[in-house]
Parts: sequence; structure tokens; C-alpha cells
Amino acid sequence: MNTLFDKLWDAHVVAKVEDGPTQLYIDRLYCHEVTSPQAFAGMRARDIQCFRPKNIYCMPDHNTPTHDQDKPIEDEISRKQVDTLAKNAADFGLTHYGMLDPKNGIIHVVGPETGLTLPGMTIVCGDSHTSTHGAMGAVAFGIGTSEVEMVMASQCILQQKPKSMRITVDGKLGKGVTAKDIALYIIAKMTTGGATGYFVEYAGEAIRNLSMEGRLTLCNLSIEMGARGGMIAPDEVTFEYIKGREFAPKGEAWDKALAYWKTLKSDATATFDKEIVFHAEDIEPMITYGTNPGMGMGITQHIPTLESQPEAGRISYSKSLEYMGFAPGEQLLGKNIDYVFIGSCTNGRIEDFRAFAEMVKGKKKAANVVAWVVPGSWLVDAEIREEGLDKIFEAAGFAIRQPGCSACLAMNDDKVPAGKYAVSTSNRNFEGRQGPGSRTLLVSPLVAAAAALTGKVTDPRDFLS
Amino acid sequence: MAKEKFNILTSTCVPLPLENIDTDQIIPARFLKATTKEGFGDNLFRDWRYDKKGEKIATFVLNDPTYSGKILIGGKNFGSGSSREHAAWAIAGYGFRVVISSFFADIFKNNALNNFVLPVVVSEPFLAELFASIGEDAQMQVEVNLPAQTVKNLKTGKREKFQINTYKKHCLENGLDDIDFLLSNKEKIEAWEKESLR
Repeated sequence: MNTLFDKLWDAHVVAKVEDGPTQLYIDRLYCHEVTSPQAFAGMRARDIQCFRPKNIYCMPDHNTPTHDQDKPIEDEISRKQVDTLAKNAADFGLTHYGMLDPKNGIIHVVGPETGLTLPGMTIVCGDSHTSTHGAMGAVAFGIGTSEVEMVMASQCILQQKPKSMRITVDGKLGKGVTAKDIALYIIAKMTTGGATGYFVEYAGEAIRNLSMEGRLTLCNLSIEMGARGGMIAPDEVTFEYIKGREFAPKGEAWDKALAYWKTLKSDATATFDKEIVFHAEDIEPMITYGTNPGMGMGITQHIPTLESQPEAGRISYSKSLEYMGFAPGEQLLGKNIDYVFIGSCTNGRIEDFRAFAEMVKGKKKAANVVAWVVPGSWLVDAEIREEGLDKIFEAAGFAIRQPGCSACLAMNDDKVPAGKYAVSTSNRNFEGRQGPGSRTLLVSPLVAAAAALTGKVTDPRDFLS
Repeated sequence: MAKEKFNILTSTCVPLPLENIDTDQIIPARFLKATTKEGFGDNLFRDWRYDKKGEKIATFVLNDPTYSGKILIGGKNFGSGSSREHAAWAIAGYGFRVVISSFFADIFKNNALNNFVLPVVVSEPFLAELFASIGEDAQMQVEVNLPAQTVKNLKTGKREKFQINTYKKHCLENGLDDIDFLLSNKEKIEAWEKESLR
């Protein structure tokens, strides 16, 4: 009578601390350069080695420039952080995929596409978007640096078991509606704290019909409604995606793994602490208008009025719209925009670039728009080129940059200037997220492509026959 | 971060009555490039605290000499967004030992506790009254009693219980961290691995 989450959690419990948290065994620790240096320093201060170095994988992604990666990073502090990760990985005997390594890229893109992330695993990383990996049928969640150090030291973490929630999305998605729109729709309905304290399982026809890339996008954004993580029971889509990937089991090991993975689902009679149902037909292409991912609406809709907001939240709401330069009640369709960013751990996978390419094929980028097209990894970059999408981008006036987190959080040079509007496929529209004073509109790759072509907020369905 | 033991704290407060204060506001990404835990307090709420030229924005509460203290009070859903522990380091580095709100994001709450900063969850009416009390008297104090798990508005005398698990309470009261605990537990982990790993 258990949920999938319960089953995987329970299978990893080493001990339960009396009146306290659970000691949970972790199968994979992913490390990037920003949230790991202080953990390694802590290990040195305690004079200890990593307990299970083979289960730890490191790669820089946040600071990496999206051009000239063969040259030293110009920003001295960024360079030091990236170099520190390489040195720490070497000193502690950990696998490290540095810049230009064919397996380098955004850690949440690389994990699934190399087969490092597999169903049934527990996975953590000092990064809130670790929830991404749950799409493969894993229990994956973001942690702080102290917790990274815990896992380095013991391959375990102390955690309170979250409550369980199932979000079912019934029905079929309409034209031009993607996994990103499902996620932004759910977050808008739930609010940014609506799933705090819960681990979410996504289910229903619309979820089953998503590709693996779409599922990764959806689970990636679970944290934006506060959820500890999000997951989807593995099925044929998952198994097909994993088969043949570099670190996926092969031969007899594959058969054995597959037999186990097929058992990974919530029991028909499992009870969740909370159940929520949405209908795919109600979802249109989404766009955000404010400064948190819960401030989203259908692209044809109007920004909610101040009066429609709970009284306690009105000061924050007004401050948010003022920052964005928008008025309550207005529509965003037709508004001029300045930047378009396609990429990030949310929408930096091959399917996202296929969708973008299909929209811009045979057309031209608007002259007033600066566009950053950033693959999530070198493997995605290679796929883009194999499929000839690079030629389509080039002909339409888009240049492909080198992989990394890039303008999602602007730790490298890809910063949106103050006051400018960026239509972005990333995950956060917080104040200053894409550069101090930047204004972010979160969207799907299709909405991003439509905006890149017209220079305005545009309904992508206008371009779809 | 020093493992400073926590017992009873009585202090004036710094009020920040906004909802959904995300960790990008607490410490913007461009300040995450350090490889140590020190110095983040200088950039706490950087873009609300300083303008583009690096001048202090006088209206922001941290720049207002009327308000000071070891307790930060924020609106609902404090610490949402990025998992960056740098947010907890910035809050601790600035000198806060307690953050009070009606609702915290999960990862921030863990990060705060791991840095001996106590997140105290109070009811929305209690929070509203705290903001009102500070509005009337910036020097009013709040008492946070960890052993009794109570928080008291010393202006109105209103008191509430708050939740914390017994294990974490023990860690805070005694200056212990989770890694000390886990390292003492290695045989159990090895036994589990033998039993459970295929």
C-alpha cells in the first residue's frame, strides 16, 4: 500500500535517529563548483577522506563561460572556483568532467543523458534543481553545502521524511503546450510555497505522454513550488531513454536492472498525504509576469489585479510588478522584449532545441533581440549538430554558444542589463536573477522562439499550422 | 562557521515584512564565487541594500539605524528558491542568530540549522503582531527560548510555542553537528551496504 516515494525512501534507510531525522543512504552525489568548495574544506579540516568516492561525480557548470572555453576563464574569481573543483576532485579521488570534456555540461542535463542517473536511486547535489533526476524514477533532491559534506563523509544524509503528494494531470495537451507550460501552470496554481514539505509524484495521461526530456523539465521545476522533489514512475519511455547510454547497465546487468525498475511504481491502493488533479485542456502556453515562478498566467491572459491578491501579500505583489514595469490588469502579448535565452537545466535538452528550431526554420530573428542559444551539455551540442539544427539556427540568425548554466543565473558574462526584458526558458524570474536589475519572463522554448522572431511577447500558436 | 551553542536569546529585531524572500535576494549569485564561508554578511541583501554605484539605499531596513539586533523577521515563505547555503552564511555572518517567519522553504531551514541559526515558525497573527509591535517601538525585544521552545513578544507579552525536532534541538544546545554524528555511525553504514547494495 506504499507510494513509489515511500518504497525508495524506505529501501535507503540506514537508521532512524530517535525523535529526529532519518539517516538515508545516497547512491549518487553530484558536485558543481559553487556549492562544494566549503564542503571539501570541511573534509580537510576534519582530516577525512570521502567515504565512497566512486559514487561522487563533479563538474563545473555555473561559472563556465559560453564562449572560448579553450582559453582560461577571464573572471579571476570564477576561474579560481572552477580550478578549485578540479583540484578537490583530484585530491579526493573523485570523477571530474572539466570544461571541454565531452561529458561536461549542466550537471542535471549530464546525469540523465550519460546514464549516471538511474531509476530507484537516491541522488543529491548542492543545487535545488536536483529534483530534475526524479523524472527517471529516482528520489532526488537539492541540499546545502553542510549536507554535501555529510554525504562526502558518510555517503549518508540526515533528513526528515517529507510528506507525499500526487499531482495528476489528466487529458491531452493542446497545440503549442509543452511540459514547461504544465509546470508553470501547476506552480501558478500551487504558489511558490504550495508544495513545501512534500515530495511530489506526477501522474496521469498528460504526464505519461511526455517524452523523457519533457518529464525532466517538469520535475526540474518541482522546487519552484517548494517541493522537496518531484518524481515520475519509470516506464517504457524511461527504459528506452536509458538503454545504450554510457553508464547504463549492459547485457545481463541490464536485464536484471530492468526487471527491478519495472516494479517501481506506487501501489494502486497507495495513499498520499495530498492529492491534486489538473486537466491538460485547461493549460495554454504560459508566461510569468512577476518576480517569482508562481506569478505565471496563460499567454493570452491579463495580469491579476491588486484586489484579487490576499491582503497580506499586496505590498510584495505591488513591489514585484513595479520591478517588472508592468501594471495590474494589463496583457503581455505584444510587449517589446530585448533578450531571449534558450538553455538551462530546465530547457537545455535536445528536444528543446528541436522545438526552437522548428519554429525559427526559414525565418529571421528580430533585429532588436539579443539571443543566447546555450546547449545544456556537449552531448546536446553534438546532437544539435548531428541533426543539422545548427544550420537552421545559423540561417535564422542565431549563434550556438558553449554549454553551461549561462544566463539562467548569470554567474558568467551572460548578464541581462538592468531594466531589459529577457524571455527565458530557465527556471527563476527572481529580481536580478539574470543580472542586476534584469527582468525575466519565464516561458517554454516555443514561446521563446516566437518572441525571438517578432521581438515581442507572442503566442507561439500563431506560428503553428 | 563557529558552532555556537544556543540557549535563550533576547534581542531587538530587524523587520522585513515581505513575502517570498528568495535566496537570490538574500545573497545574489554573483557573490557565490568564494571558496570559504567568510564575508557573505557584507553582501546580505546586496541589491536591496546598495544601489548600482554601491551607495547605501537609506530606506532599506539594514541601513536604517533605528533597527538592529540578532533576530531577523521576514514574511511568509522565507528562503525560497536556490539551495545555496551561502544565504545562511550571509545571515549568520551579518550577526543574526534567529530568523522568524510564518513559513520557511525546506532547504533554507536545514541550511540555517546546520549553521546554528534558528528558524522559528510562528502563526500568521503572531507574525503580524510582531511587525506591528516593532512599528510602534523599534526597540521592543523578542525572547527566543530554545529549551522551552517558546518565542515571546516582550511588548505585548504574547507567547507561542515553536516546533523543532529533539535531535536538532540537542545539536543546537550542545554545539554538535550532523557530521560528528554520522562519522560515529560508520559501522552501521557498512553493515547496511553489505545487506542492501545489489
